[in-house]
Amino acid sequence: MTNKKTLNINVEYITRVEGHGNIVVNVKDGSLEKCRLDIVESPRFFEGMLRGRSVFEAQHITSRICGICSCGHTLASIQAAEDALGFVPSEQTIKLRKLLLHYETLDSHILHIYLLAAPDLLGVKSFVPLIETHNKVVRRALRMKKTCNEVCETLVGRHVHPISAIAGGFTKLPREKDLDDMLGKLEGMRPDMEATVELALTLKFPDFERDTEYVALVSDDNEYPMLMGDVGSTDGVRMNKKDYRKITNEFIVPHSSAKHTKLSREAYAVGALARFNLNSEKLHPKAKEVATVAGLKPVCKNPFLNTAAQLIESVHCLEECIRIITGLKNSGVNYNEEIVVGLNEQGRIPVKAGNGAGAVEVPRGILFHNYEIDDKGVIQNANCIIPTNQNLNNIEYDMKKLVPEMLDKTEAEITLGLEMLVRAYDPCISCSTHFLNVKFVNR
Amino acid sequence: MKRPKVGFFDFACCEGCQLQVANFGEELLDILGAIDVVEFREVMSEKWDGDFDVAIVEGSITDKHAVERINRIRERSKVLIAYGSCATIGGVNGMKNAFDLTDIRKYVYGSDYKFFHTEMTKALHQVVKVDYFVNGCPVYPPELVKVLKAALQGIPYYVPDYAVCVDCRLNENVCMYEKGVACFGPVTRAGCNSWCVNNGNICYGCRGIVSNPNEKGMKEVLTKYNIPIEFVLNKVNMYNKCRELVEGGEDDE
Repeated sequence: MTNKKTLNINVEYITRVEGHGNIVVNVKDGSLEKCRLDIVESPRFFEGMLRGRSVFEAQHITSRICGICSCGHTLASIQAAEDALGFVPSEQTIKLRKLLLHYETLDSHILHIYLLAAPDLLGVKSFVPLIETHNKVVRRALRMKKTCNEVCETLVGRHVHPISAIAGGFTKLPREKDLDDMLGKLEGMRPDMEATVELALTLKFPDFERDTEYVALVSDDNEYPMLMGDVGSTDGVRMNKKDYRKITNEFIVPHSSAKHTKLSREAYAVGALARFNLNSEKLHPKAKEVATVAGLKPVCKNPFLNTAAQLIESVHCLEECIRIITGLKNSGVNYNEEIVVGLNEQGRIPVKAGNGAGAVEVPRGILFHNYEIDDKGVIQNANCIIPTNQNLNNIEYDMKKLVPEMLDKTEAEITLGLEMLVRAYDPCISCSTHFLNVKFVNR
Repeated sequence: MKRPKVGFFDFACCEGCQLQVANFGEELLDILGAIDVVEFREVMSEKWDGDFDVAIVEGSITDKHAVERINRIRERSKVLIAYGSCATIGGVNGMKNAFDLTDIRKYVYGSDYKFFHTEMTKALHQVVKVDYFVNGCPVYPPELVKVLKAALQGIPYYVPDYAVCVDCRLNENVCMYEKGVACFGPVTRAGCNSWCVNNGNICYGCRGIVSNPNEKGMKEVLTKYNIPIEFVLNKVNMYNKCRELVEGGEDDE
């Protein structure tokens, strides 16, 4: 029997996401008339503001796009800047950048799993009531979050807007005692991570599937690609990062201040689940074990399980961090590579005109930065495409499939289901709206 | 004693300063024992209809909708704290003010630019009365605790009004000018424990300029190290462009 329900759902300012978005759903006599995720964040015009600034300032400025993934923006920005300048970073620099990226992924995933997603799965409005009912769990979450923040602070000065990671390398390299300190803290985090896995495995995720295309970095080596690689998809696409515009194919939709994207079909998804779906065989054995126990297999088509993929990646990141630091302790850090900020402005890093791209897997998915610079290193054009932008279109297609499947539920249940769906993508809305229809005026 | 009702709000910003709150770790639970956080959209679904004893507001004011919203928050709040550079001085959002607003909208949004309104970026105190300032991009957590304590006791908090160099010297950093790099420590408000210079970077002036900057001294330093003034001004504007705003600044349609 068809459900003849009429529904008007209007969630203003979805909570427990980064930034401002609204959900709008209209169902009339059982048929879906409107189903949208409206993005209502005030634009900040970062790309416009970058014009006329030194490419060496780009990292400092673009890390301010987002407080949650400021290290990810930093790394994508540095990669684009160095690509434009034709500068090749040292092996040690690359190792430390990978470490930084793992720190941020771990930090962000823990924040999302515990503070943003878990309250829904435990039936409360936020982590605050959990302080009473699940005190140990809240304490563990805050402890893990703090550890991530502390190791980040040791490596780059702070997590929110890192200080020492710049184009060319690091202005301060970790000392022996810093490596010991970070290693001790990360090894000490293992029991908490095991408890996190145990807890997460008891959570029940909604049963829902939709076939879509997943996009993430891919590579030919055995490393789970986060910092470097080509761009690949589950539909068999593989392209160089320079061709990112052919991946994202951005288009404007009138109801959203953020642009939408598509590749081989109507929409595609990025993020932890996309990475898992493309690269799961390269995960650390401990992370693979969690995937097996959780029953997660590629290609997993349930978007709610993005949170489960984040859990698996958290285990992977923690183990990778420990491996990288142990390696650095064994090989020793070459402090001659410590650079002074602004050396560039004295011509120590050769500057030439160029066009450079950066593609980095940040917690919410693949992030692109692209700068075009003149022969003095001044930015002429800038473009950044944010993971959440790339997911918006996919979220709307999920919503369109989910709402009809839930019509026998109450309006409150449907609303919560939609909010949970949006939150599962861990959207970063304040990022996504700064980057819309950027046109390179020179083209 | 009844726990004071506290709300967190954000305008144009990266929400990184709010995130600093989550980085307190288990100490956060002690803070939450002293205050009653009734609204904090980034991490809570709970909403509050009443008045706030303290409103902690992150972000800059960049459109008419934001002006209305901050006025409503002000009306409902006994104490309003401007939280982070975007709120206290306009911060990086202010760089936009150096461009023609129609031009920058067209650059970012192309032919659809008319859907995307914006006004000259303003710091909170350029729109409503602000009772306390927590400077920095991001805020320095120990200072947040100090300001919160002062606000809850109803006593003033004085933002240090001497240069970052004072802290920097105490931290025994080699002066960036000695390394041949221009730095804004000499004119920037202290209170961050010279966070950036400790980590090998320069001070970018994110806490705002001291109320009585030693212009003569700064000029002498720049002359001594042969650094053009335009170069320095351009860098200062990364955070401090909004200081130039006059009442009723230019808006766009």
